[in-house]
Amino acid sequence: MKILFSRIKIFLKAFSSNRLAALGFVIVIVMLLTALLAPILAPYPPDKQIYQDARQSPSVQHIFGTDLLGRDILSRVIYGTRISLMVGFLSMAIAASFGITAGLLAGFFGGWTDTIFMRAMDALMAFPAILLALLIMSVLGPSLANAIIAVGIIYTPTFARLIRASALSIREKEYLEAARAIGMPNWLIMIKVILLNSLSPIIVQLSLGIGYAILVEAGLSFLGLGVQPPQPAWGSMLGEARNMMVFAPWMATFPGLAIFFAVIGFNLMGDGLREAIDPHRIVVKH
Amino acid sequence: MHQFILRRMIQMVFVLILFSVIVFTVLRLVPGDSATAQLGLEAGDQAYTELRAEMGLDQPIFIQYLSWASNVSQGDFGVSWFSQKPVISLIKKRIPASIWLTLSALTIALIISIPVGIISGIKPNSWIAHIATFFSLTGLALPSFWMGLMLILTFSVFNRWLPPSGYVSPFIDPIMGFKHLILPSLTLGIEIAAPLTRFIRSGMLDVMNSEYIRTARAKGLTEYLVISQHALRNAMLSVVTILGVFIGYLLGGSIITESVFNYPGIGTLLLQAIHQRDYGVIQGIILFISLIFMFINLMVDISYAILDPRIRYE
Repeated sequence: MKILFSRIKIFLKAFSSNRLAALGFVIVIVMLLTALLAPILAPYPPDKQIYQDARQSPSVQHIFGTDLLGRDILSRVIYGTRISLMVGFLSMAIAASFGITAGLLAGFFGGWTDTIFMRAMDALMAFPAILLALLIMSVLGPSLANAIIAVGIIYTPTFARLIRASALSIREKEYLEAARAIGMPNWLIMIKVILLNSLSPIIVQLSLGIGYAILVEAGLSFLGLGVQPPQPAWGSMLGEARNMMVFAPWMATFPGLAIFFAVIGFNLMGDGLREAIDPHRIVVKH
Repeated sequence: MHQFILRRMIQMVFVLILFSVIVFTVLRLVPGDSATAQLGLEAGDQAYTELRAEMGLDQPIFIQYLSWASNVSQGDFGVSWFSQKPVISLIKKRIPASIWLTLSALTIALIISIPVGIISGIKPNSWIAHIATFFSLTGLALPSFWMGLMLILTFSVFNRWLPPSGYVSPFIDPIMGFKHLILPSLTLGIEIAAPLTRFIRSGMLDVMNSEYIRTARAKGLTEYLVISQHALRNAMLSVVTILGVFIGYLLGGSIITESVFNYPGIGTLLLQAIHQRDYGVIQGIILFISLIFMFINLMVDISYAILDPRIRYE
């Protein structure tokens, strides 16, 4: 227990001394709060159409302006946080659960299990990720749930490879032999020994993956193949805005900024976590 | 060496077969087929059944795959069920535009990332390095389609300097062709430049910390010689390996950028086919892109073996 505390202390020290990581952490917290408090923060309901206010440039009443149907863009951006976070968390839950299971089995058992699982992952990685996402969306049809599934699938191999590599190295460790010697069953070894010892790279990958998921979903929704209107997803707001560039440039500006800050927040946090967790980097500080 | 190339090509064929089976099967499992797409929901059952028979959609899926695959191996990618034109001719028509975009985006990305990556790798604490880190962090989080929209706003809406969309062949009208290329290739180029700079920088950092650089310094070479003769060559090797990945990314990632600029490349053709549920075209394009992707990766592996004499594929 004492060791655990001192490790957490070292981690916190390394993480908080990294200013960029702290910035990322703050952005993520702000996003979570925005999503949670959306009904309180948003000045208007996200779908409320005020026709006489349609296509207004930013003003005191509508800080980010309004869209074609007179919906308040600030309110829609605020509610969009919920969609982006949902896509990020749920798609990573899918990718992590499938990827970790495949990687654990492949790395622990080796041999045929390894070949079958990892060839399947190679086939998934055999062509550009966006293309795979488009293919999946064209089969499943455009919707929020399907976008989550598509992003989950394209990110699965990343987790599988990560856990497999980790399992392969832990398989040679003495503490695994010890676990065997006391008669621990295989499934318990996989969970208690291998998975617990791979937690830090998994957490790092989750943070980076959420940023990636938000970006990919925004791209799909922008193309009209992801979240469908009238749901206020940032990507589809940009898609609606692009034919209105001449008349309503503000419609394209703010949702894009929201995507940018969300992604950079999770990326910075992920990079910071990686550096803080990696024990070799902690001591070296000029 | 020949053996290595041969083995890689056999591997490639296997992956391609596996891949085509997946693409084919998955697309056939969709509810609502091309016959429905072509006739509309109001059409009678009679017409629907006839059209399905004509398209071969009433055959078992296995037979459908075999006939499709044997046609593909002879260069016949099938017919678009929407426009009734051969898929391969649809793709061919879009290739020049796609090549122009890929090459100019790659050029822009390399012009930015190589010098910035190298300098920030040599001097990791200089101001250039800090600015480079800032820009590559920004670039990684910037949605390319949004950057494209902002470029259109700046250069086509507020200032009418460049056309916001379309394509003119640079062979027919060099000036207009060039103007049409600038915005889309900037968008794609900057998107690629961010991860590429990061990659070159970390490769350069690794090389600069290696023992042979210390040796080169220890024997009294000037810093210029150390970098130009020893460090750069080795750092560039790793760039070659990663370039294949980035070209593949350009082929896929250009779909969104092409859509932003209404650029008539292969990406917009694919999007159009997806919206029309034109399976023949979707399959053809995806197979085509993955073929190119695998071919480029093969080329990269071979050039890597030639460039680095330590690597022998046994």
